[in-house]
Amino acid sequence: MSTDFNFMIAGEAGQGIKTMGHILIKTFARGGYHVFADRDYESRIQGGHSFCRIRVKDSEIGAVSEALDIVVALNKQSVGMHRKQLKPKGVIIYDGNRLTEVKGKNLFSVPLEQIAQERAGSKVMSNSVGVGAALGLLGYQLGLSEGVFNDHFEGKAAEANIEAARGGYEYTQKSRKGSALHLEAAGDTKRMVLNGNEAFALGAIAAGCKLIAAYPMTPATSIMEYMASKAKELGIAVYQPEDEIAAINVAIGAGYTGIRAMTATSGSGLCLMVEGLGLAGLTETPVVIVDAQRPGPAVGLATRTGQGDLQFVLNAHHDDFPRAVLAPRSIEDAFWTAVRAFNLTEKYQLPVIVLTDAHLATSYVTVGEVDFSKISIDRGEIYEGKPEEYKRHRITKSGISPRSFPGQGRALVVTNADEYNEEGYPTEDPETRTAMMQKRMRKLEGLGKEIIAPQWYGPEKPEITLLGWGSACGAVKEAVDILQNEQVSISCLLFNELCPFPTEKVRSSLQKAGKTYVVENNFSGHLARLMKDQADIKVSGEILKYDGRPFPPAFIAERIEKEVQ
Amino acid sequence: MVTMADYTGLKPAWCKGCGNFGILKALNQALVNLGFEPHQVLMVSGIGDAGKLPHYTKGNVFHALHGRHIPVAIGARIAYPELKVIAIGGDGDTYGEGGNHLLHAMRRNFDITCLVHNNQVYGLTKGQASPTSDPGFETSTTPQGAGPAVNPIALGIGSGASFVGRGFAGDGQHLTELIEQAISFQGFALVDILQPCVSFNTRNTFKWFRERVYRLDEEGEYEPTDKKAALDKASEWEERIPIGTIYREQKPLFEHHILGTDRPPLAKQEISLAGVEKLLGDFY
Repeated sequence: MSTDFNFMIAGEAGQGIKTMGHILIKTFARGGYHVFADRDYESRIQGGHSFCRIRVKDSEIGAVSEALDIVVALNKQSVGMHRKQLKPKGVIIYDGNRLTEVKGKNLFSVPLEQIAQERAGSKVMSNSVGVGAALGLLGYQLGLSEGVFNDHFEGKAAEANIEAARGGYEYTQKSRKGSALHLEAAGDTKRMVLNGNEAFALGAIAAGCKLIAAYPMTPATSIMEYMASKAKELGIAVYQPEDEIAAINVAIGAGYTGIRAMTATSGSGLCLMVEGLGLAGLTETPVVIVDAQRPGPAVGLATRTGQGDLQFVLNAHHDDFPRAVLAPRSIEDAFWTAVRAFNLTEKYQLPVIVLTDAHLATSYVTVGEVDFSKISIDRGEIYEGKPEEYKRHRITKSGISPRSFPGQGRALVVTNADEYNEEGYPTEDPETRTAMMQKRMRKLEGLGKEIIAPQWYGPEKPEITLLGWGSACGAVKEAVDILQNEQVSISCLLFNELCPFPTEKVRSSLQKAGKTYVVENNFSGHLARLMKDQADIKVSGEILKYDGRPFPPAFIAERIEKEVQ
Repeated sequence: MVTMADYTGLKPAWCKGCGNFGILKALNQALVNLGFEPHQVLMVSGIGDAGKLPHYTKGNVFHALHGRHIPVAIGARIAYPELKVIAIGGDGDTYGEGGNHLLHAMRRNFDITCLVHNNQVYGLTKGQASPTSDPGFETSTTPQGAGPAVNPIALGIGSGASFVGRGFAGDGQHLTELIEQAISFQGFALVDILQPCVSFNTRNTFKWFRERVYRLDEEGEYEPTDKKAALDKASEWEERIPIGTIYREQKPLFEHHILGTDRPPLAKQEISLAGVEKLLGDFY
């Protein structure tokens, strides 16, 4: 039987949920498993309810599951909230000394605080006792967690936490002999553990991004934080300006001088950047903009996930200019999407928007080796003619005007937020305006040919095809697996590159696709609307979820089961 | 050798007698006097009649959005500090729409010369109040009179600008010298330039300014490193208006703070995977 274990560590913000989740993720990853972990937390520094869910499998995973095997509940609320999600043999580990009023089935009391006090000298380390207790219940190799503790904490803190975990482990080993749950390390295959923001940041660094200007906003901030942590070592400029308006303009100023530059934000931050988006479009300045989506409008659900920005980023700004929109389908894909985004933005000299979301940005997954030999850098056409003849916005067949970089030669690089002539100086001449509009929009022809078709998964000519984009793709793929096991004839089409829309490729994929259903984390079916608008394809139905939480594959499968019946 | 002819640009579309002509000439002369060639200079401008200035001279030009010229200039400075970066905007650009950008650029201290064509009115949109309109100034959008004005000099000194000066478009020789000092100064240099609008400001005219403006360096004992004295000068307006370098203080550059000074400029670096693969080690 295949392994599919699901753990949760739950409590209040401030109880070390994230840290303990991290310890468990790496403990299982180092035991040769595939891991997918997500975080769920409220927009507050202390208190509230928060959890980290860690799914452990012996094959690739791209989604969460709601059914739980072991919950380490650090407060009473966590017991109540997650008890109903337990699998039949599932267990909740809690501190019965502290939570005396908690009663019922599937509960396993471990004196977390007492053990933490006795073994590590502080109740604060109850969470580490809980981690040890969970591993003890499974009979999993405790030693693997000790290595992780040592990497995460310094000196004495590492020792104390290891001792606390050991206390929890020994307690459950002794008092819960014959546990129905069992999991041992599967081997020593080494995999990285990355979240989507880290994967994107690594991809950006590998692609030669030399500047990120960004204003902190959940869930995008850790892209900038990761790059800041490596800035000195790698010589990258990380700049936190006064607001998002400045952020995008700083990135544009840097892109104009010829370095690869980016910004990262979320919905309402992007609202502020829209003016700059058009500036990049008109001045043909390369810039990569990450929109790590969260539910809106306005502040919306600050720490939750959603896919409600697609129609916004396709259309944001007044009047027409070319742009590209990419949406990585997985955390590993975020790395490659970053590389792709920087190549496209420079080759076609247009803004590239990358849509991730809180689920992709902050979930962790195990990733195998990254093949750096597959990274290619395309900086687009660079001007090599006489400096005095240089025209920044020269009209060409492809629409691409070769770039020159200010100050690096004698060519003068002139560009403009006003409509311009070939030299970059303003003009109000109607013919020049028309020619320039056409020149800029013509870049979409070349780009359109390069756009990669959505990925088909499953048998040819199914009765049902699910359509997903961005982070929902992991759950969609797994839903297809679930339904195929139930003898449903089903496949899926998974989109990353959404603008320009690969119309012909989509039409041909969907010719024999049976009934089609979009699966999206938004209210109005943004992909469905895009398909109608760009390819005149009307989907058979929509599976939409806009509660701020990611899709569990079983949720999608149940919806399709109802449709099939 | 670079001459004024090298800085000949398109024919200006400004009104006859506009204060902007004086600023254009002074800027060109300052660049010539300092020996800069056009390709060594980047002018980033906002919009309105001030934002058009780069088109009427020569250089690398990024004509940006209203009030956003300072962040574009910052991006260019971080990427390629060998460029001499001059941000050019009006009072609406710099003190209104882009006020937040100005505030933070000053406290951080990027090496940017920030020229403000301060005509105390929105000219290109035909005469509405600006952040520096004198209180009570009646316009189509402020029939009850403009409210209290921004004091650019006090704002600059108070926000930590390392160089704060004021020039007058009607005193070309003095303005040239002031711009030369601002460009030569290493740090953020705010140069507020009194620029009479001959079409829409009937109050603050050339004549009005000539009756009030005086050169600080002709006052004898004035020392621009004295912050208290500078703030006293900043409060002068209705009766006497000082021009010249009002405040000056050498401070570290923020572009150095971000990147250090031990590597080649970002814009000169090749894209390389060196050091990248090593990063992956942290994730196992």
